[in-house]
Formats: sequence, structure tokens, C-alpha cells
Amino acid sequence: MGRNSSMAEVKEKIARKVASFFKPGDVVNLGIGIPTMVGNYIEDGVWLHTENGLIGYGPAPEKGKENEYLTGAGAQFLTAYPGAAAFDSATSFAIVRGGHLTATVLGALEVDEKGNLANWSRPGVIVGMGGAMDLVNGAREVIIAMEHTAKGGKHKILERCSLPLTGAGVVTKIVTDLCVIEVAKEGLVLKEIEEGVTLEEIREKTGARLIVPQHLEKR
Amino acid sequence: MNKLVGRSEIMKLFHDNMTIMCGGFANRGSAAKLIDMAVESGVQGMYIISNDSGDPDLTVGRFIRSGQAKKITASHVGMNPELGESVLAGKMELELSPQGTLAERIRCGGAGLGGVLVTTGMGTIIEEGKQKVEVNGQTYLLETPLTAEIALVKAHKADVMGNLVYKGTQRNFNPLVAMAAKTVIVEADEIVPAGALDMDEIHTPGVFVSMIWNGEE
Repeated sequence: MGRNSSMAEVKEKIARKVASFFKPGDVVNLGIGIPTMVGNYIEDGVWLHTENGLIGYGPAPEKGKENEYLTGAGAQFLTAYPGAAAFDSATSFAIVRGGHLTATVLGALEVDEKGNLANWSRPGVIVGMGGAMDLVNGAREVIIAMEHTAKGGKHKILERCSLPLTGAGVVTKIVTDLCVIEVAKEGLVLKEIEEGVTLEEIREKTGARLIVPQHLEKR
Repeated sequence: MNKLVGRSEIMKLFHDNMTIMCGGFANRGSAAKLIDMAVESGVQGMYIISNDSGDPDLTVGRFIRSGQAKKITASHVGMNPELGESVLAGKMELELSPQGTLAERIRCGGAGLGGVLVTTGMGTIIEEGKQKVEVNGQTYLLETPLTAEIALVKAHKADVMGNLVYKGTQRNFNPLVAMAAKTVIVEADEIVPAGALDMDEIHTPGVFVSMIWNGEE
């Protein structure tokens, strides 16, 4: 990723990378922000689940074609593909908890080397976890899609999360504008480095120990 | 048995310090007119159980703005900053329950179950004070059932017996709250005669439903 990429391009690149992990038949739940953008780049046949009770939604409708019976978890209007199914909230989370969801893609405030995730609560703000805690415990893969650091370069990938956790030991993969990291038993394993990014830069912007396979050491 | 009732009969049911459960998700599929009646009844000290706290001026949010709610159990309250202010000011109590856990707690209440075992929230603040149960080597949190005196349900179609069909994503928590209250009141887009709904396509059997608002103000 070029150093001069705009913020929108950076986010799009992260979304495209995450989308490339999915294949037809997968069922995926997307959180808000960069995760929502993943929906723009998934292959045909990857099905999207929204926790308020639908599998098989498509992009936002054209103006004037909004349907009040077809909305997402943020109350936004959706479209549905042929074969879509609607269900109640208990069924929706049976899909999630029962292991029927291939992956959930979420943003993070903090993520650490144990795969702990903090993304629902910051001091002084009362929001609630919604479905995030169920999603991170139930989905077969929990993929974090985010910019590598917070505003001002503050680390988001840490040895230990400091904010209240959404889930303990739940994250499987972290995709940022700099790299792809897998959360393994032994720690955070660097899997891919974005073009034009150096290992040194990644290390500097990561607040945890990174395990770097030999073939990536030269970068 | 015809379960259609008018507004005045519904208004008689509200009283101070009662527990009200509401279907709906981010204002979608909320029984907005029934919620208006509960607010207009002026009763105080309500305990609200709902997925979320709505917008400040819509659906469940109206209970908070009017100061009639003393407690809410919900999974998400971020759309309604007034709720956060009330809680921080000590005017209201908030119990956060993860969304899937909340759905099952309500289902348990309606189905006569003593609770549900989940891994959701393990290792987070949600596990504080909760009993842990080990089953086949896996540790779960015991989450307890929820019931209410009144449930306010939004359906797409209701027959006069109370058999209900929901539409699209407006189903959400409605079939669950429709099982979990002593008195279940329905607001429907359309009311049809008995027999007009295909018995195989009914989402909520009328046995759970106490009354259907006839639409008259």
C-alpha cells in the first residue's frame, strides 16, 4: 500500500483483503465500519448474516425502494438475494453459537497476543455489547479488520488489553493496512506484509511480540 | 375466541412498578402504538426488557425520556444517549445482557426453563456474580430466565384467535417476548379472520396471545 494512499483507499484495501478469505458457501457476519465494506468485495455465493434475523442480504436499495421489513442491525435498509431467509433472534444466535457461522469480521479498540478482544466499551460511555460477545464466542473464525494503530499512532495490538473484554482468547486473525497476523497458541504470527511496508515499521507500530517466519524476515 | 380489544381495555392493564417486555430491534418491528399507550398511561417505575433502548423519541426510548422507566435490561443502548445520561445520573438502573443471551433468557422464561448455559461473556465482566456450571468438561455461565407482566408484540398479520405471522427482519425478538409474559398484547399491520392464515405458516400460535389491539384509537 503506497504511503500516500487516502484513508478511504486504506480502508478499501483492508476490506478487499478480508473478503479474499471467503469462498462460496461461507456464511459471514460483518460488524460496522471497515467490516461493513467487506460486503462490497465478497465473491458471489458468500452469504451474509445479520444478527437481527436474516441470511442472504445484499447492498443498500436504490432510493425510493427502501423496505421497512428488510433492515440491518443498525436499522439501515437492505436488499435480499433470492434464497434469503428471515428468522427470530433466538434462531439468529443459534446460528452464531451453534457453529454455523463461518466467520465474523469486527473492528477493535484493542486486541492482544492471547487473542483477547476489546471493542465494546470505553470509559465514560454507555453503549452495550449488542451481539458482539455472542459473535466472538460462536463464529468459527473471528477476524479483526482495522487500521494498525489508533489516532496519534497509539498501539492497538498489545501484550494485554486494558479495556473491558468482548471475548477472551477468541480472535483468530488480524488484518490491517500493514499486514495480516494470525493468532496462534504461541502468539501473534506475521503471515503477510503489505507491499511497500517494512518489518521494522510493523514492529514499531505493534505493542506486542511478533513471531516472524523466516521467509518474511528479509523484508 | 375473538381476542380483539380497543384502546380503553389495554389502558386498564398498565400500573406502577410493572415489568414490560418489548419486541423490536432498533425501532424496527416495535409495537410503536402500544408503547405510546403505555407511555400515555402515565404509570411510573417501569422495568423494561428489550433488545435496545430505541431512539430518544421513538419506541422504547419514550419510556426513558418520560422518566417512567426505573430499570432496563437490554443488549445495546448506544442509539439513545439519554439512557446513558439517566444511568450515569443514578436515575435508572441498566442491566446489559449480550444479545443472544438475552434472546435465550426470554425464550427460557416463556418455555418454563430454569435457565440457559452459555459460553458468551466468559472472561468478561458479564461473568461477574454468575454461577458457573461444568458439562462434559466445558465451563458455562448460567443465565437466568426473564418474564414480564405484559409483552408488547408487533406482528405483520394476526388472525382474531391471536395466531401471528411476522414479516422479514421485523420478526426479531417478537416471537420470544410473545411467549414470556402473563398478558401478551399484539399490534398488527393486518387483522384477518380465523382460518385465513395457513396453519403451517404461523410463527406464533395464538395460545401465547392474550389480546390484539383492534386499531381504534
